[in-house]
Amino acid sequence: MLETETAERWIGARYPRKEDAALLTGNARFIDDLEPVAGIRHSAILRSDHAHACIVSIDTSKAAALPGVHGVVTGAAVADTIAPIPSAVRVPIKFYPIAIDKVRYVGEPVAVVVAEDRYIAEDAIELIDVVYEPLSATADPKIAMSENALLLHDDVGSNVVHHRTFRYGDPEAAFERADRVVKLDWRYPRYSSTPMETYGLIANFERQPDRYTLWSNFQGPFILHALMTGALGVPGNRLRLITAPHSGGSFGIKQAMFPYMVLLAACSRVLGCPVKWIEDRLEHLTGSSTAADRADSVEAAFAEDGELLGLKFDNVVNVGAFVRAPEPASVYRMHSASNGCYRVKNIAVENRLVVTNTTPIGLNRGYGGPQFYYALERVMEAGAKELGVDPAEIRRRNFIQPDEFPYKAPAGATYDSGDYEAGLNQAMELAAYDDLKAARENARSDGKLFGIGMAAGIEPSGSNMAYVTLAQTPEERAKAGGRSGGLGTATVSVDPSGSVTVKTVSTPAGQGHQTVAAQVVADALGLRPDQVDVITEVDTLTSAWSLASGNYANRFSSVVIGAVADAADKVAKKIKLIAAENLEVAPEDVELVGGNAQVVGVPEKALPVRRVAAQTHWHPAGLPDQMEPGLFETTIMNPEMLDAPDEQDRVASAVTFGYVFDLAAVEIDRKTGEIEIVKYVSVHDVGNVLNEIVVEGQIYGGFAHGLGGALLEELVYDAGANPQSGTFADYLCITAPEVPELTIGHFNTPSPHNTLGAKGMGDGSSMLAPIAIANAAADALGTFDIELPLTLNKNWAAANGLPYARAGSAKAKVGGGPREADNFEGGLTGDGSVELSAPPEEVWKLLLDPDTLAAVVPGCEELNQVGEDSFTAEVTIGVAGIKGVYSAEINLRDKIDAQSLRLVGKASGALGFGQGEGNVTLEAAGDSRTRLNYSYRANVGGKVAAVGQRMLGTVTKLLIGQFFRGFDRRLKSSGAGQTSRKGFFGRLFGGRDA
Amino acid sequence: MKPVAFEYCRPDTVDEAMELLAEFGGDANVISGGLSLGAMLNMRLVRPTALIDINRLHELADIKIDDATAMTGALVRQAAALKLPGVMSGVPLLAKVLPWVGHYQTRSRGTLGGSAAHADPSAEIPLTLVTLGGAVRLRSPGGSRDVPAQDFFHGLLTTDRRADELITDLIWPLRRDKTGYAFEEIAQRHGDFAIVAVAAEATVGNDGNIADLSFGLGGVEDRPLVADTASYIGKPATMATAEEIAATVAEAVDPMVDLQANADYRRQLVRVLGARVVSSAFADATHSREAA
Amino acid sequence: MLRIKSDQKQRVTLTVNDKTVSGFAQPRLLLTDFLRHELGLYGTHVGCEHGVCGACTIIIDDVATRSCLRYAVQCDGMKLRTVEGLEDVDGTLNALQKAFNENGALQCGFCTAGILMSATKFLQENPKPNRDEVRDMLSGHICRCTGYEQIVRAILQASGQ
Repeated sequence: MLETETAERWIGARYPRKEDAALLTGNARFIDDLEPVAGIRHSAILRSDHAHACIVSIDTSKAAALPGVHGVVTGAAVADTIAPIPSAVRVPIKFYPIAIDKVRYVGEPVAVVVAEDRYIAEDAIELIDVVYEPLSATADPKIAMSENALLLHDDVGSNVVHHRTFRYGDPEAAFERADRVVKLDWRYPRYSSTPMETYGLIANFERQPDRYTLWSNFQGPFILHALMTGALGVPGNRLRLITAPHSGGSFGIKQAMFPYMVLLAACSRVLGCPVKWIEDRLEHLTGSSTAADRADSVEAAFAEDGELLGLKFDNVVNVGAFVRAPEPASVYRMHSASNGCYRVKNIAVENRLVVTNTTPIGLNRGYGGPQFYYALERVMEAGAKELGVDPAEIRRRNFIQPDEFPYKAPAGATYDSGDYEAGLNQAMELAAYDDLKAARENARSDGKLFGIGMAAGIEPSGSNMAYVTLAQTPEERAKAGGRSGGLGTATVSVDPSGSVTVKTVSTPAGQGHQTVAAQVVADALGLRPDQVDVITEVDTLTSAWSLASGNYANRFSSVVIGAVADAADKVAKKIKLIAAENLEVAPEDVELVGGNAQVVGVPEKALPVRRVAAQTHWHPAGLPDQMEPGLFETTIMNPEMLDAPDEQDRVASAVTFGYVFDLAAVEIDRKTGEIEIVKYVSVHDVGNVLNEIVVEGQIYGGFAHGLGGALLEELVYDAGANPQSGTFADYLCITAPEVPELTIGHFNTPSPHNTLGAKGMGDGSSMLAPIAIANAAADALGTFDIELPLTLNKNWAAANGLPYARAGSAKAKVGGGPREADNFEGGLTGDGSVELSAPPEEVWKLLLDPDTLAAVVPGCEELNQVGEDSFTAEVTIGVAGIKGVYSAEINLRDKIDAQSLRLVGKASGALGFGQGEGNVTLEAAGDSRTRLNYSYRANVGGKVAAVGQRMLGTVTKLLIGQFFRGFDRRLKSSGAGQTSRKGFFGRLFGGRDA
Repeated sequence: MKPVAFEYCRPDTVDEAMELLAEFGGDANVISGGLSLGAMLNMRLVRPTALIDINRLHELADIKIDDATAMTGALVRQAAALKLPGVMSGVPLLAKVLPWVGHYQTRSRGTLGGSAAHADPSAEIPLTLVTLGGAVRLRSPGGSRDVPAQDFFHGLLTTDRRADELITDLIWPLRRDKTGYAFEEIAQRHGDFAIVAVAAEATVGNDGNIADLSFGLGGVEDRPLVADTASYIGKPATMATAEEIAATVAEAVDPMVDLQANADYRRQLVRVLGARVVSSAFADATHSREAA
Repeated sequence: MLRIKSDQKQRVTLTVNDKTVSGFAQPRLLLTDFLRHELGLYGTHVGCEHGVCGACTIIIDDVATRSCLRYAVQCDGMKLRTVEGLEDVDGTLNALQKAFNENGALQCGFCTAGILMSATKFLQENPKPNRDEVRDMLSGHICRCTGYEQIVRAILQASGQ
């Protein structure tokens, strides 16, 4: 039932969202809909198409000369304008928002063009000539950690940029006395929640005094404001951040746009005009932010009766090319709750952060949660298997009991309330667990792959800003000075006309903050939610904000709403005081109902609230003694439990701890790898429900994200760290037909840490669905050696005991050891042979003849011999209408006359680059014939690799075919000639041999 | 993500389109629905000097059905074809396939001819045309030519169309007696290009043996293929034969590799889907024979 | 035959939501950019600019289609419907919009305009769809917030089911 007209209490009602009408009618305004200042110009960012390279030179003259271009800004100009952006870890890395002398990941900004419009700006970035000296690159943290890996940041001396170990209780003893120890090694894939609206901002620098204004869809936290002012070199009040009224989704991703805010601010300063930048989807998929991929292991010590005695986590986080704040927080967000839902006291944690040639990571829905639960909740399941216990039972045996709350976790979290077994039991009931197990037996006896998996998790909400400082040792923290807290702020004001306005500084991106805040305030003031307007956008010059302000870690319903309720209560109290004096009763006898302040039990004795409000503005002298005029209340609330970490590295990391229990049953088709989710149940304890529609929306949405991570979504890099998932046709977001029916269960243990008894709840199944589904798949397949996402190809391979790695991915097999970094490995390789009707000497001569090469290399417009065995060429390649001009360099090495040679070459152009080498051998094949054998390996990067990955194979084949047809004609004209289809020059321009 | 600057040309007649193609040749792109080309333009993978918009060449939206073939103009939208009873009953394989092409919002605009011109190796429409032994009609200033579909598709995004030619029609053989049709595909998501798509047209004689069989594969190699099944003509139209055919073909193909699938998995899908599709084409043929 | 040079700005006149409007466009100007930045119709959103996400879906000459894959000059003289034209004549939400509101079928609302336009056309063609038909139609849209379930419910509710 919808409740729109009347309700006893608005909080908890199924009240449709206030936000919707504007969004449903095209009246909502997002960042790209704003023109807040005159004279805006538009930018495009030239991004590195190399994963790792030194920048030898950048020539912007042609771009700058293009009509319509206002200016071009390179890293050098930015470095002259700003300081590096500070980091949360103390390592000698200079993090600028643009490459200065080196690029370290594909997608890293190299130059910014500012022009009349985006079209011209994109024209101009193609005219910038950058000379790179490529370096060896890797996307794999295990490879980057290996001894001979090339360093990303020389001054650090290692690619491991953060390393800490933690001990709680006595883990060694626990493992010593354990009856069973279970260990899992795994990789967790890199994915992103990819909000539908990309990053967007308008930056404006003004002088006298020097100050910056940035309009954006940044989500906070505003602790990053301090980092931005640090980089821009201005005091806090000279960097004004204004958020757009609406934000098109974020899920954490829009936290990481702050370096772009600094970059465009610098560009505005350098060029003297307001600059707009709207990220496009291709930029977003390579240059924004992602969740962490991990290469971890976990060990669990069990007693024979199933008691979990100890845990050891070995976490290796691929942090990307830079440690962008708030990293390394992703590995610390769950840290103080490392025991999950369980009573285990003995925990060891080792955290290593590794830099690789990939996009820096950042906040993403569930931040650190999916990775943490992938360890804990799979090792629980593995323990159950090992001990022959039902996976539900092993959890029951270890759950924290309802009478133990508030529960002090070993690593410092204080769980507010919960009843974990009740949630599990409800899930068992909703899933008809026994029937499901019977169905599994039936399916298995029919030879089918059917599995059941589950996962239980707590959901920390309302972060303590200090948990990030666990990245420092207690000594370092002591030296740096204390850090604690997670302030929530809200303002409730009533203007002279009696209109109520709430400001939350909570930068929502679809979470219904306006509605829920209006419900809370309506209850406090005796109004309807539609009579309360809520402003959620931020202006750092006029809003009451603090370091923790923003939208992340489910802080709205755990912290901010408490501040709203408190401010509303203060306003209500004041209204009651004034009304009591006017009505000549005691303030306790006044209630606010239906827009009136009325005497309890005597509703006809009443004053309209708006008249009371008006009095505070129009007639302050008539107010009760000592009362301040006006009706504004701002609450700045700091949840009291959020203290600084102690010397044992324990910290109360969050305010409320919701609970989720998920259960999945899957069937995998042995023949095709298709996976069907037969049943999915998710039970939630979110404390008191503030708005059922909003809560349900978060649950379904979180589930879909988890499902995407489980089944489809991965940002794939090849072995040369070239991203392969550059479009929404390659990065496969979950769509409606893939979402199975979800059975939701609710129960509530109200939080004592929040006046409304609510808990944060936005992550939900985004953290657990990947694990419940992985557990179910492992149960179906009979092995824990699986890797997300569970693509069809991988499922089929696992079901049939075949080699198990994602097609096209460079990643080592699950559990595989580190490998040498290699520019070519995992790239394109191929070999073949051709029989030619000429003797080897003649073929040799022709192969080395520049005129022949010029004539037969496909699209060769110019070939110059620049050394005895060195050539440069300009080549136009047009395949399938995809035409590009490439500059190529070809070197012949290790020549043995009429026998063999090695070719080393590279080519680059607007659509990408390739580098590779080929080996050619000639053998006499009798009767004046030659067998030419060749093999090649190559690495292709840039746009064509990221968005046109499927095309490479055909392009190679076509070019090789063209080459040999040309060579054939040439041989014939010199008196011989027979060719086949394959050759070697194609490798210069890339190709995956089919 | 904005395209390069191009000249926009909108011919009102096919002859005008011919003039434009003669003028620009390979430097122009012809746009119909633009569902694939538009994306490539926006990504600047395609950088034409001119865009020739054929959407107002209404003569290319015609459909002609004679005794043996249905000729669909290049501009017939995929969604529109689904609503044409003559095409749907005359070319049952196309009727089975079209709901798998893209999405509701893309079929509405995407054209049959555009799909053929784009020549994605996984696309369903080229696969159907190849399986049925259809043809593509091309027109140049010199006149028209019909290219059998099997010769039309050269590789990924490459076809037999010369730069001065325009696809005017696709030619679909009409359903034949005692003949059955089947189609199936597997994609990672609904509406995505298939990892492997298979289609079959089978004629089963009164003796229950295979009289004719066309077994088409999409998404396997760089163009839609028709497998060589000549040696199975005369064999019993049974599940066992279907499995044997699919297994043999799976070994013979040289599958491509991409992010979604490696070669072994594609072979496996040829085996599994192939057996299903060929046998259901047999069943459909038998049904059609018995109905007749 | 119409020819517009690559750097030439051409007047493009359209009927949007029954009103005749016009602006200038070079050949390469995307229809999305024309609607938003030339005509000020910001309700149509851009999510990917390569035809996958569906956020920009509008109705052009009675067909629900991606507007990021169209160039403004192609659409001269055409009739468009966008999210700005959905409300009932009295300015209240229409049945589909109401159903979205009541079912929580949107969160950030960025993809919503496209879905509304698809669903509007879809329900005209298929007034009583079943659940799977709705899900199939939605496969042409990406929504990252809702998980789709409430959208399915809203469309079914709007169809009177």
